Amino acid sequence: MMQTQAQSQTAIDRSAAARRFALPALSRRLIPVLRRHAMVWRKLAVPSLLANVADPLITLVAFGYGLGALLSEVQGVPYIVFLAGGSVCMSTMMAASFESLYSAFSRMHVQRTWESLLNAPLLLDDVLAAEWIWAALKGCLSGIAIIAVAMALGISRSPTLIAVLPVILLTGLAFAAIGLCVNALAQGYDFFSYYFTLVLTPMSFLSGVYFPLSQLPAWLQPVCELLPLTAAVQLARPLFLGQWPDQVLWPVAVLLAYALGGFYIAAVLTRRRFAV
Amino acid sequence: MQSVLSIEGLVKTFGAHRAVDGVGFSVAPGTCFGLLGPNGAGKSTTLKLALGLMEPDAGRIELLGEPIPARAREARARVGVVPQNDPLDPDFTVAENLLVFGRYFGQSDAVTRSRIDALLDFAQLGNKRNARIQTLSGGMKRRLTMARALINDPQVLFLDEPTTGLDPQARHLIWERLKRLLAQGKTIVLTTHFMDEAERLCDRLAIVDNGRPIAEAAPAQLIATEIEPHVIEVHGRGRADWAREAPGLGCDRIETVGETTFAYCRDAGPALASLQQHTDLRTLHRPANLEDVFLKLTGRDLRD
Repeated sequence: MMQTQAQSQTAIDRSAAARRFALPALSRRLIPVLRRHAMVWRKLAVPSLLANVADPLITLVAFGYGLGALLSEVQGVPYIVFLAGGSVCMSTMMAASFESLYSAFSRMHVQRTWESLLNAPLLLDDVLAAEWIWAALKGCLSGIAIIAVAMALGISRSPTLIAVLPVILLTGLAFAAIGLCVNALAQGYDFFSYYFTLVLTPMSFLSGVYFPLSQLPAWLQPVCELLPLTAAVQLARPLFLGQWPDQVLWPVAVLLAYALGGFYIAAVLTRRRFAV
Repeated sequence: MQSVLSIEGLVKTFGAHRAVDGVGFSVAPGTCFGLLGPNGAGKSTTLKLALGLMEPDAGRIELLGEPIPARAREARARVGVVPQNDPLDPDFTVAENLLVFGRYFGQSDAVTRSRIDALLDFAQLGNKRNARIQTLSGGMKRRLTMARALINDPQVLFLDEPTTGLDPQARHLIWERLKRLLAQGKTIVLTTHFMDEAERLCDRLAIVDNGRPIAEAAPAQLIATEIEPHVIEVHGRGRADWAREAPGLGCDRIETVGETTFAYCRDAGPALASLQQHTDLRTLHRPANLEDVFLKLTGRDLRD
């Protein structure tokens, strides 16, 4: 009797550990959750899009034209054209991060939308995957808005711009995944301002958004090559100039690693938070 | 008949704290089962475990024939849950809340829409269909959460403290609706710390304290077996003197709380006769109720 009890206890511990560290499975069940997020967003679309786009837009216009007037060409193109490719990635990064931090935390902790979802036949993995995809889509939306502005202002109207779309989708998935890791550890909104000021803002200066990476000290450059924003900018910038990136495999691999690895870690951390 | 929910030897620890420690019970179809206990007794954790929302440290759970948590998704498809604090979607109207919730069950909008009218009637929210959630009263929100939990026409309804924070009118309406659901053959599992609620609704009760089960029976049976049938509450200056005589008068247990002495008696006759002599004492004689059982089993210490 004791033996069987001990055995069944070991079985429980093992299956609990297996569930905690299992690869997250994507289920079609997450589609109604995405529809829910979209339905809420539709009600608040205009202010929400404005907030996402305003910051990178102001940066693009102010720096691009203001600073651009003082500079001769950067890497052979006017500064604003150089900056546009970086701004799209920045905008995507910011929107995906904001959504996977502040908005996801509201739904998880404050408004307890997740609790309602979990009482339905949805699993924590479904809820989390829906947050991931939704935050990436919000990131894309902001990126697309910047592309539209760049086209409207005549900064770039190159047909290669269409290839920026998969780049920002991947960028959105990468930053949404990292954001959900931070979200799983957060006790309150304050935590997120550290992430923005200590991680994202420095990253934007180390990723070639505002100036070429070659301006940085040589020892720092290999580190920068590992940053997801660097990878995004490496892919997006040439497309704004009507060229194809010379290097595709490495930046795509970096973004995929952050997206998939980040989402796996987010899943494990979130399961731990919910004691699942 | 097979039970709707059966739990054996359930344990859940959070660090060093054993939130649930050996809870076990089973719920027969079509009945109302109450999980009763003071704050922090482990009631809500037990519900979460039963729904497969948490991983137990030990124990066996079966809900609607499905092993939990392994097949929690399949089980929850046939279950409705009314959690605490009504986590409704504040950005949606009343009807939108129901429509969107139906989709989570993989239910077509046509099926959900065909149920919305009846559910709004059931929840007495027929005239609030397009109202914003912020404009609803506490009772309305609770009723909407209940309607939402019924959107998939579940076999079992779980309610976590269904009437906490509601006024008497709102509580009575909820009770009446829950009875209606029982009459329709649904099974109900609820947690509560209101004795009148437990006594009124539940066919069977389990009392838990500090995560441990301490009694399980029908409410009337708990009162019959766990406590003396008569309670005499004594107020007044001379109560301490009288309390010393009481054990000789068929009242074996005496408790003094603040300005009141409670005498629990096998037979009230001798004690009441003796109290007639003490003109300085005011007395209230009443049959023992579930609250007396609860206080006897869980003690009078505050749990907050």
